[in-house]
Amino acid sequence: MNPRRVGADFVVFTKGYLRNPIGLFFSLIFPIILIGLFGLIFSVSGSSTVTVYTENLDHHSATSVAFLAALNQTGAVKIQVVGPVTNESFASWLAQQGYPVGLIIPAGLESSFTNHTPVNVTVFTDPQDAQSSGITLGAVEGVANGFNLKAVGGTPVLGATNQNVGSQVLKYIDYLVPGLIGFSILTSPMFSMVEISSTYRKDHLFRQLSLTPLTKGEWLASKIAWYIVLTFVSAVIMIVFGVVVFGSHVGFTLGLIPFLALGPFFFVSLGMLAGSVARTPEIAAVVGNIITFPMMFLSGTFFPVSGFSPFLQNIAHALPLYYVIDGMNQVMLFHNNTRALFDIGIVAIGGALTFIAAIAAFRWREE
Amino acid sequence: MADAITVQGLTKRYGTLAAVDGIDFTVPEGKVFAFLGPNGAGKTTTVEVLEGLRRQTSGEVRVLGLDPWAQGTELHKIIGVIPQEFRFFEKITPREAILYYATLFNVKVDTERLLEKVALSDKANARFDTLSGGQKQKLGLALALVPAPQICFLDEPTTGLDPQARRGIWEVIRDLRREGKTVFLTTHYLEEAELLADLVAIIHQGKIIASGTPAEIIRKFGRPERLVVEGPASLGEYLKRLVQRPVTISDGRIEIHMRDKADALMVLKTIEDSGIPWKGFATVSDTLEDVFVGLVGRMDEGVVAAGAKA
Repeated sequence: MNPRRVGADFVVFTKGYLRNPIGLFFSLIFPIILIGLFGLIFSVSGSSTVTVYTENLDHHSATSVAFLAALNQTGAVKIQVVGPVTNESFASWLAQQGYPVGLIIPAGLESSFTNHTPVNVTVFTDPQDAQSSGITLGAVEGVANGFNLKAVGGTPVLGATNQNVGSQVLKYIDYLVPGLIGFSILTSPMFSMVEISSTYRKDHLFRQLSLTPLTKGEWLASKIAWYIVLTFVSAVIMIVFGVVVFGSHVGFTLGLIPFLALGPFFFVSLGMLAGSVARTPEIAAVVGNIITFPMMFLSGTFFPVSGFSPFLQNIAHALPLYYVIDGMNQVMLFHNNTRALFDIGIVAIGGALTFIAAIAAFRWREE
Repeated sequence: MADAITVQGLTKRYGTLAAVDGIDFTVPEGKVFAFLGPNGAGKTTTVEVLEGLRRQTSGEVRVLGLDPWAQGTELHKIIGVIPQEFRFFEKITPREAILYYATLFNVKVDTERLLEKVALSDKANARFDTLSGGQKQKLGLALALVPAPQICFLDEPTTGLDPQARRGIWEVIRDLRREGKTVFLTTHYLEEAELLADLVAIIHQGKIIASGTPAEIIRKFGRPERLVVEGPASLGEYLKRLVQRPVTISDGRIEIHMRDKADALMVLKTIEDSGIPWKGFATVSDTLEDVFVGLVGRMDEGVVAAGAKA
């Protein structure tokens, strides 16, 4: 392996890549778009409180006002009191307005509460919006239980405190950033190398290169080097974007470096292997997609693998990208270096074996 | 003069098809050797075996004393190659490509001089995908020259080029010859071979059917020099009766095969004596192309045996 030749090939390949806007778009811009899209979708549904349109028929009694204030304090719901709804039922009014949840405080709530007479508040829910319904019902039941205890002079004995996984408060975006860095580690090298290996062969560029002192290993090493650089740039952009736009808690840690280096090493080699075994560019594209797409969705890129069925989890554990993403989660979110070491070990061994297989499979000379 | 290339009994089979079938030839150092043949004759297979890009099925091949397949790495440092329809990285400029090759071969190259040599200076910073076919071939030629090769293999380097671009490539080939380099040229253009080559071999159906200098091949396989006279068919019939030489008549054109100048003088005197009006005359000889077409045609008819040497 001659570093000067690897460097020369790296420079030429880099220039070619940077002069091709399509490659740059999919490597640097597309993952940012995905972070933006998924971040927006899940930050809206995951962090906003549910507005509960409320008709208070107890005419501003102290108890009803305290009950609604307690609901507001849960942070899960926001009470929006509406005036008396005339000439139609409250349920119909909610439906007409497109509001998924509502609440009626019955008349006489305060007197019933004072006299210890059972009384119900009515929660209106939309079965099509299970999330808002569940949040509202939970909040109302929780506050009602508190009032019941107060009414009988009781004191809560068993409570629960909430803490997020990890040492800090984590949001969906915190999982999405490592997932999409993994997505980038997978897709850029895989799709590029599958295409390169088949088109270079079709255009006889490998034969052209075989007439120079450049070796197969040096050629592949320069591609790996370029995709490592690209992955580092892409990762920094994604992390900064996640932090600045969505307030994510992930940062660039030293533990990330092995994954940003060995991930591209694995997938450049895998892309080269896939492109080499296919006889035509068309077959190569199919082989590349067959390998890439299951990994893209089943390795924890967009959603945590722990939420999958046991069957899909078993499949995920057989995919190399799972170990890349899991490892990055461990170092970026949970600071679990032992687990990360296991993950990087899998990636390193798999990458080395794939590299050797790719070198053996792709032929420099006679076709 | 030592031989730069020696080939003995070279055979290359693809399954049951013999693309190259037991050919022998040598190329002396410093000569331009043209390897001619119709499409599918085995030219490219042969040149790729010589370049170390394909392994022969059997036979002995030595290029500058090296086995091209087994010692390809060493060989590729001292040969230059332009494949058919040269392709390169689309977004790279000729200047960058030359610097890239110079680094790979670990040689110092005067990039500007090389670009000038192949008449590509004005496109030095243009990306490969914007170059014309001729300019791409010129870049291929420039890259082939980067390692200062002892032998240049040029596989149909002027196919598809306009006349000006072809002449540019020819000039570079002449320069190489002047510098004492050996050039192995395959081409479809017979006039190109006749103009440039010191030696020629014609391959057909995997076998060499003629080899030697162009003049030797024309002399051996071509028709004798002819006197062509423009005149009526009656004049042709008259000559047939009197000159004792083969005469052909077609469309006001009478061809008389000659052995020497005396035959020409005798025929012209006979024409003058006939009193039949005629317009003019010229002498014509076979070109390499005429010989090639005739040889390949006769080979297809089974008239000429393979391996003939001029």
